[in-house]
Amino acid sequence: MHWLLVVVGGALAFGISQVAQSDSDGEGRWSERWRWGADRPDFQPVTSAAYRNECGACHFAYQPGLLPARSWRAIMGDLANHFGENAELDETTRRRLEHYLVNQAADAVGYGRSPGLARSVAKEKPMRITETAYFRRKHHEVPTRLVRENADVGSFSNCSACHTQADKGMYDEHQVRIPGVGAWDD
Amino acid sequence: MMKRRWIGITLLGSGIGTALAGPVSEQLMGSYRDAGAGPFRAEQGEQMWVVERRVSGQARSCASCHGTDITRDGKHLRTGKRIAPLAVSANPQRLTDAAEVEKWFRRNCKWTWGRNCTDQEKGDFLVFIQSR
Repeated sequence: MHWLLVVVGGALAFGISQVAQSDSDGEGRWSERWRWGADRPDFQPVTSAAYRNECGACHFAYQPGLLPARSWRAIMGDLANHFGENAELDETTRRRLEHYLVNQAADAVGYGRSPGLARSVAKEKPMRITETAYFRRKHHEVPTRLVRENADVGSFSNCSACHTQADKGMYDEHQVRIPGVGAWDD
Repeated sequence: MMKRRWIGITLLGSGIGTALAGPVSEQLMGSYRDAGAGPFRAEQGEQMWVVERRVSGQARSCASCHGTDITRDGKHLRTGKRIAPLAVSANPQRLTDAAEVEKWFRRNCKWTWGRNCTDQEKGDFLVFIQSR
């Protein structure tokens, strides 16, 4: 009989320890908080070398699962006016990259945080990841001066400046190192 | 005899600007010459490199992102992303893919100067990039 108590007690203690390791910002459901370590990507990593080369040359190569398909279509449809830059491509490459993005978009893949992000934008067509309700919710406690007035960051669009594993699709806040500041502690 | 000498000197002179050219840039410069451009000079490319033009309310030059010393890293003016050195001596990957070269000319001339670069300008830039 005692062994049953030991087993149940042990399982309970273990379960509590896992929850205790999660942060207190109230984010996510139970299933999202209970993770077997921070080694699972939040967003499906970039698998297209062409995307990484073409779209990662001037800025961080955002994972396709960070925006819905309709947003990617709009962006890829006006590359000559890409946030004030000219990012034109030959039509073959442009179409190929659009195909990749649309098929791996937040509302197309059931991977990690993508479904939650897709739900957060409902019917809107955000042109920036930083405009999504999901993103704003995740960063609402971050003082803008640590980002915009930080010479080593500059903008909330510069994910990899603080998210040290962003290139692998991992954005766990415990891996954040804000340049000149250090780890994120809430 | 004199005529042959002058022909020889002329041919030599037109080759000087391309003496250090890699095969891809040689191919590109050949196409520019076919269209009537040339000869190409590194000094001209270097001068144009730092010329600032006002586009969309912003003063821009090639050096804005690539820097004045092209053997060193550049930095994207807006995103801060590191740009690998443009000089072939510092970055042997440069000027090895004709499509890549033309792609960046198309985008960057439009961004920097508000228009496409002429074949003459492109040739001068190619020689400059290989001269450092």
